[in-house]
Amino acid sequence: MGRKTPGLNTSSMADISFLLLTFFLMTSSINTDTGIARRLPPPLPPNQEKPEVRMRNIFVVKINSKDRLLFDGEIGRIEDLRDRAKEFLGNPNNLPNLPEKETIDIPLLGKMDVSKGVISLQNDRGTSYDMYLRVQNELAAAINEMRNELSSERFGRKYADISEEQREAIDKAIPIAISEAEPTKIGENK
Amino acid sequence: MARFTGKKPKETPALNMGSMSDIIFMLLFFFMVITTMRESTLYIKITVPQGSEVSKLEKKSLVSYINVGTPMKEQQAKYGTDSRIQLNDQIATVADIIPFVEQEKAARVEADRPFITTAIKADQDTKMGLISDIKQELRTAGAFKIFYNARKGEHK
Repeated sequence: MGRKTPGLNTSSMADISFLLLTFFLMTSSINTDTGIARRLPPPLPPNQEKPEVRMRNIFVVKINSKDRLLFDGEIGRIEDLRDRAKEFLGNPNNLPNLPEKETIDIPLLGKMDVSKGVISLQNDRGTSYDMYLRVQNELAAAINEMRNELSSERFGRKYADISEEQREAIDKAIPIAISEAEPTKIGENK
Repeated sequence: MARFTGKKPKETPALNMGSMSDIIFMLLFFFMVITTMRESTLYIKITVPQGSEVSKLEKKSLVSYINVGTPMKEQQAKYGTDSRIQLNDQIATVADIIPFVEQEKAARVEADRPFITTAIKADQDTKMGLISDIKQELRTAGAFKIFYNARKGEHK
């Protein structure tokens, strides 16, 4: 029993640590901020006439100071908003009470009927930010779903997986048509 | 017992230190990757709302943050309990936003200025009146790209 313990072969240790290092490098991410990106309209010149928009082209969504929702003139539930917004923006059956369409030639897509519909969003100064973002989220979901459908139909892939040019084309065909009105002041003093 | 007493004490095999550097480097890189630099301490409490359609914030170098929330317990004596705005390191008012945007613009190269994004990191219980005021100021300041911070999640 004079045998020496054989030394462990540790030459592969470096390989293992590098493997681990690369694995964590690739999988971990610095906590990135997530959210919803939007574009504000440029300020209006003081003496400009308001552009005339036909009634059929507007879908009014209002949120009051108690976070209750009103769309299309009726009290609505947030769960229904997505489908209603999709129906409005898509107008699949070309109904006369839903928005008009304009045929535009878009590269990669060809002639497309682009909806002239605009979702008008109005909130109160007392509306909670949480509710406002939920509504924005539902409207974004409606637009994202429509873009995904069009993208799958034309390019065979989801909107997130297509190329930059294809995405631009889809964005032109289905724009983010959300306009925000000046908020009301009913719930100003909590 | 002869089995254990042996003839002479066995020498301990030397540990191979060759891979030590690899391990140290691995740890170093790991911590380098997971740590984030916090530029300013927040005086206000922010719980961002949830959304299912959130996307990632891109081009971080072009982003400036506007934090909105209620002051933390220790700060309430000084700043009250109403929602406040924090820009960089200090509590500010709506009127401070335009100079703040100008300053953020000036810090970027000319070519990047039209693309600067303002991330509004607001608490979910903030009233929209304050947010609307901020948006109005941003419009006047010419910072049109905004980003509502939200975390991924589904409302029940």
